Amino acid sequence: MSKHEIALEVNGRPVSATVDPNMSLLELLRTEAGGLEVKLGCGEGVCGTCTVLLDGEPVNSCLTFAVQVDGRAVTTVRGLAAEGELHPLQEAFLTHAGSQCGFCTPGMLLTAKWYLDRHPRADREELRSALSGNFCRCTGYTKILDAIEAYRDARQEVSVVD
Amino acid sequence: MSTEIADRDATIVAPEQASPDASRRGAPVHHRDFVEKVAGTLPYADDWGFPGMLHGVVVRAQLPSARIVAIDTSAARAVPGVRAVLTAADVPHNGIHDEASGLGVDAIQQPVLAADRVRYDGEPVAVIAAETPGAALEAAGLVDVEYEELPGVFDPEEALRDDAPAIHAGGNRYVDWRSSIGDVDAAMRSADLVVEETYRSQRVDHAYLEPEAGIGWIDSDGVLTLRVSTQVIEHAREIAEILKLPHSRVRVIASYMGGGFGGKEDMTIEPFLALLVWRTRRPVRMVWTRQESLLARYKRHPFTMRYRTGVRRDGTIVAQDVRIVGDAGAYPLLSSRVLFAATVNATGPYRVQDARVESTAVFTNNVPTSAFRGFGAMQVVFGYESQMDRIAELLGLDPAEVRRRNFVQRGDLRVTGEPIDTGVGVGECMERVLAELGPPSRPSGPHSRIGRGFACSMQPYGRSVFFADRASAWIGLEQDGTMVIRAGVTDLGAGQAASLANIAGEILGVTVDRTSVHIGDSALTPLTGGTFATRQLYMSGNAVLKVARSLRSKLEPVAAALLECEPAQLSFEDNRVSVGDRSLTMAEVAQAAEHQGVMPYVHETFEAETGEFDRETGRGRSFPDYTHGAHAAEVEVDESTGQVRVLKYVACHDVGRAISMQRVEGQIQGAVAQGVGYALSEDVELVDGVPSSTLFAEYLIPSSVDLPDIRAIGLELHPGKGPLGARGIGEPPIGPSAPALASAIQDAVGVRLQRLPMTPERLLDALQAARGASGSVAS
Repeated sequence: MSKHEIALEVNGRPVSATVDPNMSLLELLRTEAGGLEVKLGCGEGVCGTCTVLLDGEPVNSCLTFAVQVDGRAVTTVRGLAAEGELHPLQEAFLTHAGSQCGFCTPGMLLTAKWYLDRHPRADREELRSALSGNFCRCTGYTKILDAIEAYRDARQEVSVVD
Repeated sequence: MSTEIADRDATIVAPEQASPDASRRGAPVHHRDFVEKVAGTLPYADDWGFPGMLHGVVVRAQLPSARIVAIDTSAARAVPGVRAVLTAADVPHNGIHDEASGLGVDAIQQPVLAADRVRYDGEPVAVIAAETPGAALEAAGLVDVEYEELPGVFDPEEALRDDAPAIHAGGNRYVDWRSSIGDVDAAMRSADLVVEETYRSQRVDHAYLEPEAGIGWIDSDGVLTLRVSTQVIEHAREIAEILKLPHSRVRVIASYMGGGFGGKEDMTIEPFLALLVWRTRRPVRMVWTRQESLLARYKRHPFTMRYRTGVRRDGTIVAQDVRIVGDAGAYPLLSSRVLFAATVNATGPYRVQDARVESTAVFTNNVPTSAFRGFGAMQVVFGYESQMDRIAELLGLDPAEVRRRNFVQRGDLRVTGEPIDTGVGVGECMERVLAELGPPSRPSGPHSRIGRGFACSMQPYGRSVFFADRASAWIGLEQDGTMVIRAGVTDLGAGQAASLANIAGEILGVTVDRTSVHIGDSALTPLTGGTFATRQLYMSGNAVLKVARSLRSKLEPVAAALLECEPAQLSFEDNRVSVGDRSLTMAEVAQAAEHQGVMPYVHETFEAETGEFDRETGRGRSFPDYTHGAHAAEVEVDESTGQVRVLKYVACHDVGRAISMQRVEGQIQGAVAQGVGYALSEDVELVDGVPSSTLFAEYLIPSSVDLPDIRAIGLELHPGKGPLGARGIGEPPIGPSAPALASAIQDAVGVRLQRLPMTPERLLDALQAARGASGSVAS
């Protein structure tokens, strides 16, 4: 198998690696880029646990090949806020108990952030649909939606004040 | 103990009224693990590594019943990078010992690696360690097992026949339980109406999002150490037995789990990892794939439940006769205990003066079944609640009124002959959920029908009392006044560690941000027993409460002397000990205590109440206490497709006292989600023991669009036996969903399904059958 040289950005930092053509983005992130916050749930692209943003769009990193991300930018949950800080959406998950075991949380946060960035006034039902590709087995989704709505509302208040 | 709180009036009390400080306790507590979870920085079992570690895989049988003629591992061994290929012959003691019932059911050893016989599809036959995951997988494909296929048996009823192939030497009838009270046959004859129905539940996967994972190594002290995703660190002893090592030479550290739900209660990767580490003397990592987990990880028991209920015209139950058969799959695991829980809970929260319950766990060549949230006591909710609705229907009575006439109260006897010794809030929960559904929704289309239903339940918390359950904890103060808690509890994500910080903080006044909770280390934390049976709040919570009180009583004289007051005048709050406007920091108290030789730490053990149970008579004490609740749902059924949408859902439980109301709600909502999946879609379908699919895409757990908002109500009605009067809430809310939805579907379209899951196909079939039947009556 011929190896490929790739270079990408992970949370704003340059990463370069030599990869097999069949290596997944998930494996690349976990083994070469210190991205242990990206979790493997099923490896079939079903559960959304491994969601990352690729040039701002959510993808299942288990079904994305590493070679496909050459020259592109990847955001994981650790890219949401500066090191040691929490993004207001993460704060909202904490306050509203949107996380129990926490395994789905990184992917859930990224999907929610992506959707609200594009649809800042999305209502609860639209948010519910937006999360349909991210499974959670602990919370029943209710408190996750509470958290996302709280973040949406807080953000709108801030922008009104601006 | 802490249960001496006066019982409140049995009226509906809103949580905020029920206890004045509920809002404070309900306030978000940002315990460290939750902060790390939202930050993405919490390490799970698969996130640890060692330089030079090997990668382990399990080689699994690919047929459900066979004799192993020979295993040739030479090709596998020849793969570059392979460091070990182990089979049954390499296991020092190839048997997992488990007499799970605690009541002397014959133990049947399950091999770690199949030796001469394969009993289920996916059973482990070999383990491999290699320098890379790729080499391990390649070698796995080259292990050559010669099988002689044997006839299998896959249906529990067939497995009980005399001519069925025997899966174990003693036959396929693994265990029978029987409990009875009064004279059920005479009472049945006296009934105005006898209702007999059979209900069936299915095999379900836990589907935690974190697959089974961990790493093992030999530490600098020579101790075989495993850091794994597990609910039970006490398995260290079993691992030692398998390797014929002293128990003190094996250590299990539990990582925070990405979900467990009972599926990480029996060992998962531990024995395989331990074998590979011991043989190679190298660190080894093992992670099961999702597909492997769906294939071979132990499931929930499918039950067949026959209920015969005798009632008077007014709906009063006079006789209850229940027969349960559970499919144990190929090995015992916890089946004896699951069927025990089913037996003693089969009559539900209803008075039974004359009743009999019999149950049997049966071996088949299906994937084994074992612990899963609800643990036998949840399957029977579908039985007894469906039966209550059927009684109401046949008698033309209101189903809520039929239940009101039969609810148990404190002091009533259960089928085991034991009295219920705490207050019962099931009626209040039922009234509350019925009132909360609000005005009915309008159908969204011409083929859509709206319906409503509800169901009640009881579920034990804590282990059966004859286990004489114990949990230990250690609490100490550092010189700077920060607090350290050590307890062997494992954390499933339900805030097990956080709750201990809350409970100790309530007594000692140290805030969560100044508390470190060390959990889940069989070598370094006092053992609490595993996180299962909704026992941790009850057990480790009570242990921590006991230790915190003991430490406080040690510190009080020290602080009182410095503040020149009586110990009883002191308050411990916000990291200070104070009387009036004079106070000391906790650091000052800790330093003063140590200076005086009063060491500011305590280790003690909480002992749960104990009791005896007679297996022969089926009478005695079973579980310490119960959590009651009721759920109500509104559904929309599409008569043309059979599709069921859940539009509204309200779930209410009497939690005695909430340590954190927010976490109580989270447990209720999460259990309901699993209950809805169990009711409508989840099913591990086997065809002659072989799964029709092992893809996650084919195993349908509810996504966000499959569920409405779940309104969770925790009432603080009757104090339970947990710390500060709390009742366990981890398992109880999973039971009522299936019967509540069956009832709602019936309300919508007039047919009652008695088999789970209630898929669109089954509902359409039932609708067609009903139309055919009514057509023939009309003609």
